[in-house]
Amino acid sequence: MNTLLTGYKKEALIVSFCGVLIALVFANFGSAFGLRMLTEIACFTIIALGLTIQWGFAGLFNAGIMGFIALAAFVSMLVSYPVNEAFWQSDFSSQLGWVFAKLLLGVAIIWGINSLPTLRNRIKLRRLLVVIAIAITYLVFMQNLAPVARGIETGAGFIGGFGLPVWMGWIAGGIVAGILAWFVGHICLGLRSDYLAIATLGIAEIIKAVLKNADWLTRGTLTVSPLPWPVETPGEIGFIASRAQYLSVTIVIIAVIFWLLQRAYSAPWGRMIRAIRDNELSSAAMGKDVNGRRLEVFILGSVLMGVGGAALVTFNSIFDPSGFLPLHHTFLIWVMVILGGAGNNTGTLIGTVIVYIVWVMSEPATLWVFEGIKHLGLEWFAWQVPNDFDSRALQMRVFLIGLTITLVLRFAPSGLIPEKIREH
Amino acid sequence: MNEIIFFINKVLISGAAIGSVYAMGAIGVTLIFGILRFAHFAHGDMMTLGAFFAFALTVMFPQAGQAIGLPTGFVMLPVAMLLTAIIAVLLDKTFYLPLRNNNVSPVVMVMASIGVTLMLQGLIRLFGGIEARYFFFAERKDIFRIALPFEDASRKIVITEPQILLFLFTLFSVFAIHYILNKTKFGKAMRAVSDNPDLARVSGINIQKVTIVTWLIAGSLAAAAGTLLSLDVSLKPDLSFNLLLPIFAAAIVGGVGHPYGAIVGGYVVGFAETLSIFNWAIFLRPFRDSLPEWFELSSNLALVPTEYKITVPFFILVVILIWRPTGLFKGKVI
Repeated sequence: MNTLLTGYKKEALIVSFCGVLIALVFANFGSAFGLRMLTEIACFTIIALGLTIQWGFAGLFNAGIMGFIALAAFVSMLVSYPVNEAFWQSDFSSQLGWVFAKLLLGVAIIWGINSLPTLRNRIKLRRLLVVIAIAITYLVFMQNLAPVARGIETGAGFIGGFGLPVWMGWIAGGIVAGILAWFVGHICLGLRSDYLAIATLGIAEIIKAVLKNADWLTRGTLTVSPLPWPVETPGEIGFIASRAQYLSVTIVIIAVIFWLLQRAYSAPWGRMIRAIRDNELSSAAMGKDVNGRRLEVFILGSVLMGVGGAALVTFNSIFDPSGFLPLHHTFLIWVMVILGGAGNNTGTLIGTVIVYIVWVMSEPATLWVFEGIKHLGLEWFAWQVPNDFDSRALQMRVFLIGLTITLVLRFAPSGLIPEKIREH
Repeated sequence: MNEIIFFINKVLISGAAIGSVYAMGAIGVTLIFGILRFAHFAHGDMMTLGAFFAFALTVMFPQAGQAIGLPTGFVMLPVAMLLTAIIAVLLDKTFYLPLRNNNVSPVVMVMASIGVTLMLQGLIRLFGGIEARYFFFAERKDIFRIALPFEDASRKIVITEPQILLFLFTLFSVFAIHYILNKTKFGKAMRAVSDNPDLARVSGINIQKVTIVTWLIAGSLAAAAGTLLSLDVSLKPDLSFNLLLPIFAAAIVGGVGHPYGAIVGGYVVGFAETLSIFNWAIFLRPFRDSLPEWFELSSNLALVPTEYKITVPFFILVVILIWRPTGLFKGKVI
């Protein structure tokens, strides 16, 4: 009994520290700001839980969380944004339909060539034909899409959404993120562990580039706002009430996910996943399908990231493709997970709360410190600061995130609340 | 004829230039991959750092170039290379060596290198700001226009002085790498460690020294690539993130741990980029009048729109991972 108490003493301390931090924020910045921060923390928690499955349960390195978030946010926007009548009444809606029908035809032909019985044994010929078919499909699609896209951009602006409920958008976002994860994982999971990191990093940049430049689909840099909320908007019932409602929705989601994850962690499935993480060779020798399980975990984690990302962007109420930053949407989440304790759901929760509060507070803190430096520099050395001093000062936060990652990895690899290894 | 000259300017020369940069970066990445066995994500920022050192030196001694008749940035290159190489060794000592001593998995090393990336990025932007900078603020960038001896060629082949220096330097560094790896004691030790670290250790090779030499080579090549690229275009702090994916693609295409493969891979990726954003409609334009009615000539027939250039290295990466994960030259897979 005594050991049990001491075992949880540290947790209790850390949790009460979090409580004090939150209370301080509420006291200093008011409840509207505090609720906004808590809701953002809740959304980040969903994403971080996705990462803790991938990294903590299975040891998979995802360096492109931003891509999954951005894609899911886009899908959620597409599903839930009000219908753009101007687009559906113009000719371009049917033309766009034709372009995609042609694409489907091309895909069907490629699939047909690939599974043609006469070609089954002629691998080289089949590959050649598939490559040619893919190239033709791609070129025809691009050539057909360009004028339609231009037409949509000059006429209706962009294609708008489908006007469905927001929760459907979140689920759709999660599913699409999962499909993307299947695609990436299918290629990379059997190879060196670093390849997954490189591939996810690349796909995140590509998704951002597409969302930024495909104006007909996303309005690009013009941004889409206001995104519909699953609860009543601040305009109807005021900031505090509506943010509180939004927060409770996300907390319900977290509670469900958290409960399921705790069950999965101690279930045979979770034990198998950890066995694969800790000793790949011996679990393979015991007949576990190592790559299959990893793919499962990778997809599951990405679905959670998608749902969390969709919730986060919906809360901000603006879809801005250039607002997705690797620092904010990938590495910050990394810090949350490894600082809190990878492979430990409670640790991830606490890590998210602490890191996000520190992150939000670091902006005024950095500016304050650098204001002091500026002042002293002027007074002691008559040093004239550059014009972009403030934006440069904020880069200090990038440095601090990097420093935290390296220090945690070196001195506290298991995080604030380490994963408890249960002996059976 | 003009179309072919346009092709040479847009595809061959720029492809060779960017390919050289990728090749020099990929040599470093592949050496680290081979000897320390992790993907070094901070490589792009080491390039930026090297370029910033060269830029700072150029600002300090703007007259140095005129004495020799070369751009000042190029004259300052050896110093920048040395500084970056020392920084690389120090980074290894402070951040990677303790982790290696703890016997962590390669993925944790990758994570640590991302931490280092962010630190370098933060420092570079803190001291350097975020705007683009040009090396040629005090001197003139020499641009050579070579006319071809054909009657219908009114355009000229354009090549800049930094590009020529880049080609020469790449050639030099390829020979230097070849010499180091094959003729010197350290090079042989490096190859031994890359092939089989345990066997190398028991046969008395000092792994520590080999690691230091690896970082020296990788750091100095990164500085050279970054400086020469920024001499040609401009020095931007976000240089690194755009370079990282092509460099990894080049290293994997060439076969991980395979320096000659990395050179080939660098040019493969470089030419693939310029070929796919080249507007092929230019070649069809002379035949515009003789084309059939139904064939409407589009003004832009590039395979990939310029703003999606980043998909090219990724596409190459995916193709190579699916069909030949060992790369063209049989690199390490595990």
